[in-house]
Amino acid sequence: MAGAAGTPLPPQPNKAAPLYQKRIKIYPKRVSGLFRNVKWVVMLITLGIYYITPWLRWDRGPSAPDQAVLLDLPNRRFYIFFIEIWPQEIYYLTGLLILSALALFLVTSLFGRVWCGYACPQTVWTDLFIWVERLVQGDRNKRMRLDKAPWRLEKIAKKSITHGIWLVISVATGGAWVFYFADAPTLLSDLLQGDAPMAAYIAIAALSFTTYSLGGLMREQVCTYMCPWPRIQGAMFDADTYLVSYKADRGEPRGPHKQGESWEGRGDCIDCKACVTVCPVGIDIRDGPQLECIQCALCVDACNEIMDRVDRPRGLIDYETLAMPQARAEGRETRPKLLRGRTIIYGLSILLTMAIMAYGLLTRSDLDLSVQQDRNPLYVLLSDGGVRNGYQLKIINKAHEERNFIIAIKGLDGYELSRPNHQGPVDVVSVGPDAQKTIRLYVALPKEGLNASRFRDGEAQIRIMLRQEDDQASGDLGDSARPVLASQNIGFRTPPQR
Amino acid sequence: MSKAPDKDELTGIDTTGHDWDGITELDNPLPRWWLYMFYASIVIAILGWIWYPSWPIWVGEWTYSKGIAGFSKRAEVTAELQRVAEGREVYYQQIREQPLEAVINDPQLLRISMAGGAAAFGDNCAACHGSGAQGFVGFPNLNDDAWLWGGTLSDIYQTLQHGIRWEADYETRLSVMQGYLADQILTRNEVSDVVDYVLSFHDQAEDEAAVARGQVTFEQICSACHGADAKGMKELGAPNLTDAIWLYGGDRATIYETVANGRAGVMPAWAGRLDDATIKQLAIYVHSLGGGQDEAN
Ligand code: SF4
Ligand code: SF4
Repeated sequence: MAGAAGTPLPPQPNKAAPLYQKRIKIYPKRVSGLFRNVKWVVMLITLGIYYITPWLRWDRGPSAPDQAVLLDLPNRRFYIFFIEIWPQEIYYLTGLLILSALALFLVTSLFGRVWCGYACPQTVWTDLFIWVERLVQGDRNKRMRLDKAPWRLEKIAKKSITHGIWLVISVATGGAWVFYFADAPTLLSDLLQGDAPMAAYIAIAALSFTTYSLGGLMREQVCTYMCPWPRIQGAMFDADTYLVSYKADRGEPRGPHKQGESWEGRGDCIDCKACVTVCPVGIDIRDGPQLECIQCALCVDACNEIMDRVDRPRGLIDYETLAMPQARAEGRETRPKLLRGRTIIYGLSILLTMAIMAYGLLTRSDLDLSVQQDRNPLYVLLSDGGVRNGYQLKIINKAHEERNFIIAIKGLDGYELSRPNHQGPVDVVSVGPDAQKTIRLYVALPKEGLNASRFRDGEAQIRIMLRQEDDQASGDLGDSARPVLASQNIGFRTPPQR
Repeated sequence: MSKAPDKDELTGIDTTGHDWDGITELDNPLPRWWLYMFYASIVIAILGWIWYPSWPIWVGEWTYSKGIAGFSKRAEVTAELQRVAEGREVYYQQIREQPLEAVINDPQLLRISMAGGAAAFGDNCAACHGSGAQGFVGFPNLNDDAWLWGGTLSDIYQTLQHGIRWEADYETRLSVMQGYLADQILTRNEVSDVVDYVLSFHDQAEDEAAVARGQVTFEQICSACHGADAKGMKELGAPNLTDAIWLYGGDRATIYETVANGRAGVMPAWAGRLDDATIKQLAIYVHSLGGGQDEAN
């Protein structure tokens, strides 16, 4: 962008590019202003959510955990407040991820890298670590001086305090993570007594290491070199996306300005480099939109401070679309265009995904039945000339109490049920709370029943139905009775050529 | 397309010389930490070669560099299988010691027996009885409710242990369905009449007079094993001739063949070949296939 109208550089001797580049250390300067305040608030909220959530309780009755958010991997259950997800319902999680992705797309096409600038954990923790660094070592200039200073007691003390606090924060971060996967109070006491599972200690160590190294040491290198998201975002901006931009038309030609001097014939930028010194990725926003820019808008705050001081209007650096400078040059009015093709499509997709998920969650049954017909053998001829088919029933009881179900077959008359190694009434199956049960069910039909017109090509379509045992309302489970659940249509086979 | 590396006009950075429809790639230097990590991964790979088995080596035959850690996936698998077998042995011991009824009333032993029985069935029995135990001509279907030698748990267990007509086992199940024509006990006509009588149980006899003659022969000879009512005798392995299940076939020609030349199916005795726990598991598995009978019957 910067060189869009730039003059070609004079030809230079073609030296081989260096293989690697030494990292230039960045010392972001303190800044205050609207966007800095927004960032503090977002940091408080996101860190608060992260650290506090595992400690919230949610009553689910005696047979289920009372942790509001619990990803119970050994028992394969995800609890998220009123939602309880079984492994086969993992698509709710997929829906949540799709929703997050779409929301990210929408926000990005409207306001650029809002995620990167404010909410991304990498940004939040880096911000926190820079705050600690500033608290212990002082602001930009003091830190630069300290780094240049020889290793004396003061430097050693300040550096080790900084890293010490970083480590504490890192361990707390890794520590909070594991509480999402087990009952938090129990795990905490186990962790302190040293009896927590090895996996918990490993997870804490791994996350502490990544938090410390990514937030404390790697910082902007993560955003610039490791993260794929900056690359993808280029495809989501358009001419109407609000991006942190320097108004070159207003700022140039830049140059130092003494108090009392006229502003005639020059730009508003006094070349104080305040915008550069506060930038956490160490770039100059006046060079135009850049891959490295996480759009944290701290340079906006910094420049506004300067503009106030030199008594020029704020907003030399501001959220602006690419179309705006062009419109200004042509003397046109610009109005924000928030409703555009892509934002409408993203918005509608979000609504659609939310509607589908809400529908799924609201109609989610606490009972599930799947039936599989035996394939080998397909049918068994019995000594009385009748036929028997075998089925595997999987009944999932997602309720938090034990339930008894009565099994009946719809579509056959005069059938007989049997179950191997089963004691008690053959048609009653009890499934424990929050459990699934697999049973084998044999359905025999005597010879007389085989000639019914239901059989086509030796096969009848039947349904296996469940009724709750204490539900007297539906009476005898015949074809007309109302079951709590009916299986899909399934075959009952007889020998060919009957 | 590749061109000679050039300097990019806007940024002043060298290009790699790679050019796609006018889009060129800048030759930006890598970050130093990235490069060092790349070198470190090369070093780790080399350490891996030294530590673990890795390179094929030819020394007259193919072998491989063993690595200084003495690591072997095969040994790991063997140890793992050993651990599994040891863990299983606790339950197998219980299955061996307890009566069959007790085993099926213990949910855990039952679950183990069903899984173990299914696996052992596939390994040992499926060759004759079919993978679904559906049987073939001459090899009974084990899913149905017709049993030559009885369908209770203990009947099945005994059959499995000692086999049928298995000479090496003196407790084997023995009975003779001899060839009544081949052994010149009956004439062709008498055999044919008996077949008519048997077919009459299934409303398939055509000649009333033949049925009457066959009945006389049946009561003199066949009823000794198959019973006066032709419903068979499980003590003798004699099948019920009035039901819908036929081991060899229920058509006239096949029944004639059976009476004329006899039948003598064989099943091996599994005691001594399989662990008693496995035989019990097989009995429980087969009994659960749908035709298993209660002990009281
Ligand atoms: S802070 Fe504002 S005035 Fe200072 S150099 Fe940056 S753009 Fe120019
Ligand atoms: S250029 Fe401005 S908005 Fe971009 S990262 Fe730097 S301070 Fe943040």
